[in-house]
Amino acid sequence: MRVKSIITFSIISSFFLFSLISIWKILSTLQGIELKTLNFNFYFLSGIIISFVSIFLSEKLNKLSLVIILSSVFVLIDYFINSSLPIWHYIGTFLILLFFVNKLSKYHKKHFSYNFSAQIIFFDFLTLFGIIFFSFVILFPFYLMLVTSFKTQALLLINPLDFSIDFTQNIKSLFKSYIIVFTEYNFGKYMLNSSIVSIGTVIITLLLGIPAAYAVARLNFFGKHFLSTSILIIYMFPAIVLVIPLYTVFSQLGLRNSVFGLLIIYTATTLPVAIYMLQGYFKSIPKELEEAGIMDGQNWFGIIVKIILPLSLPAIASVALYVFMIAWNEFLFSLMFLDSPSSFTLSRAIQFLNVGAETPRQYLMAGSVVVTLPILFIFVYFEKYLVSGLTSGSVKG
Amino acid sequence: MSNTLSKIEKRTAYALTLPAVLIVFAIVLFPIFSNVWISFKEVQLKDIRIPEPRAKKIVKSIKNEDSKVKIIYKLRNSSLIQDIRDVKFQDKFPNNVQPVDLDERCKFISNKVQCDFGDWSKKYREQLVIFFETKNGEKIEKKLFKLNKPNLKGKADNILLTSDFTLSNFKKVFTNYEFKDLLLTTFYYTFFGTVGAIVFGILSAQMVNQNFRGRSFIRSTLLFPYVAPVVALAFTWELLLDPNSGTLNNLLLNYNIIDKPINLLGQKYVSIFVFGFEFKLRLALTTVIIFEIWRYFPLAFLFILARLQAVPKELYEAADIDGAGPYTKFMNITLPQITAVISILFMIRFIWNFNKFEDIFLLTGGASGTRTLPINVYEQGFSIGDIGMGSAVSMVIVLLLLFFMLIYFKLIGKRANES
Repeated sequence: MRVKSIITFSIISSFFLFSLISIWKILSTLQGIELKTLNFNFYFLSGIIISFVSIFLSEKLNKLSLVIILSSVFVLIDYFINSSLPIWHYIGTFLILLFFVNKLSKYHKKHFSYNFSAQIIFFDFLTLFGIIFFSFVILFPFYLMLVTSFKTQALLLINPLDFSIDFTQNIKSLFKSYIIVFTEYNFGKYMLNSSIVSIGTVIITLLLGIPAAYAVARLNFFGKHFLSTSILIIYMFPAIVLVIPLYTVFSQLGLRNSVFGLLIIYTATTLPVAIYMLQGYFKSIPKELEEAGIMDGQNWFGIIVKIILPLSLPAIASVALYVFMIAWNEFLFSLMFLDSPSSFTLSRAIQFLNVGAETPRQYLMAGSVVVTLPILFIFVYFEKYLVSGLTSGSVKG
Repeated sequence: MSNTLSKIEKRTAYALTLPAVLIVFAIVLFPIFSNVWISFKEVQLKDIRIPEPRAKKIVKSIKNEDSKVKIIYKLRNSSLIQDIRDVKFQDKFPNNVQPVDLDERCKFISNKVQCDFGDWSKKYREQLVIFFETKNGEKIEKKLFKLNKPNLKGKADNILLTSDFTLSNFKKVFTNYEFKDLLLTTFYYTFFGTVGAIVFGILSAQMVNQNFRGRSFIRSTLLFPYVAPVVALAFTWELLLDPNSGTLNNLLLNYNIIDKPINLLGQKYVSIFVFGFEFKLRLALTTVIIFEIWRYFPLAFLFILARLQAVPKELYEAADIDGAGPYTKFMNITLPQITAVISILFMIRFIWNFNKFEDIFLLTGGASGTRTLPINVYEQGFSIGDIGMGSAVSMVIVLLLLFFMLIYFKLIGKRANES
């Protein structure tokens, strides 16, 4: 039992060390450092040695000195193998080793004689590995988007792996892509269009959706059941089956190529989910409050504005943010309905840049950052509301 | 009393729901029905403009005759395929002038020329010439003739509203040799995209469901791909995977993991040798599926994490007492607790991946073996320009979708009955 656990421990921890070092090496390579090999054998072997040493020395030395000694020795060997790298790379390696050995030193000899200790160790390291792997895989494209927007096409052609940003240049040339995107490619106008469409969609959806959701949640009328079940079914019909009829009809009515037409479509496609989400929340509000309102002689308008709205602000906020996100990110309809650059939204404009003549990639990525940042900012700032919107509205995506 | 109250209630309810119902009906339900209609018609993209009579007016002065002016109307039928019936023409002229030798189809009444051209066949073109002179022989003002534009009216059928139907679109859809491949590609994309997203969702939720520092940071980071705009993400991935200057290929070349760049988005098949057997992997399709998983596993993660946090702690404590290991606990406690969420997630994601258009369109445009049904709708309708065919393909999507929804609502109904 003990031997099996110890072997599991050293193998899985070595894999973990190797993946940590590899990610760090990839990031360093992308700063323009010449690293030609990931050197699996060396790091795997040293991982195994470190894990054994830490098991057998953990009782003899105190934890802090053990961690520092092991890390320093490792970094020194690493220095002799790949010398002539910048000092920050070694500092990074040293910090990774501190983290790694610190994790190892939590396992004493006695840990290996428990039941299932091999499994527990395996799951512990798998979790650690997973967290780092998922963060890396998720964030890497975003990182690439951001750093590419600060480079130039010529520099990237010389060395496609050098994404280091030259902070010594002045601010104007550092943010050159963004300045060009806003001046030459007219992104200010597109941003305005996107904002108008998204905020307009939110406002109209709420104006129409709140009364309808209230009626579905509270009032008795013929066709209520039919309405509340069909909401969900309608919501699940995809944009791609609507696009041909809408395209033909809007062309004949002359509504194509206008921000207004887009606004109508976005409102109609988000209304079902808004009603679905809101009516669920309205049902949870105690009926007695409204009955008191009726006693006071309020009509339905008064009840909605004075009683329902103040109580359901969180739900309304999450619906509003969710609808905003859908409208801001929407692509298919803006592709089909907007032909002239004056009415482009941001998504459509970026696609137009990509399809059009050879647009340098830093401008494309600067445009992508411009369309991504507002929505990520809103997400991080209002995470609580948006997450509840995502969960309840997630039949669509 | 209560009767009138319920009447008021009903009226209020209709007033409250009507605006929303109307707009949803106009933009969502009406197109679904008109899809059925269009799919039985032969309509091209260029035909959808309603034909109209058009006239271009040119005013010319005549040499040595100050008092006369020549007006040319270039008349034409805007449509190349449809007739216009009963074309009426009218144009207004300044005071004090009169036409000379007016065309016999036209009349001159109170400064207006009114013509009755009858029917125009498709592609019809004609030049109508009218000479004008001043009544008293004064010099004529050419400018005044340019002030007015001719007004033309005619009756034409809207090609979408005619009553000739055909089955040829559906025949073409089902007899096309690519149709089987299309269905198969759509199925691969949908199935593996869904399963992958759920598997990664389970793994990531299981990891985040433990206590460690920076947990809430990781939780929000994991949702980034789902909330960011697809356009930006797809183009970033294109840069990442580009065979020549892409980061991924260059990294792999740099570490000598591969000898030559792999065109991950542009190569249909790649051969893999396992124990001497050759397997053909659909490379571009696999890449697109990986993008799909990357973008949508956060949703599965969100759902499964919410469910995991609701699992009672006592269950795990009891398992500890019984001496169960982590693997047993996961298989016997965690998995049964989340199967309900997983089955609903599977249906939702399956339906949505089945309809997914943007992701593939932006990454490959449907090339190198990634053409799914939604991509085909776009290609038929807008690249080839055959609206009827596009509608027929989207009818196939609607029918399959209704079938999936039936299963989904049965499933939900079953769950509701159980709980």
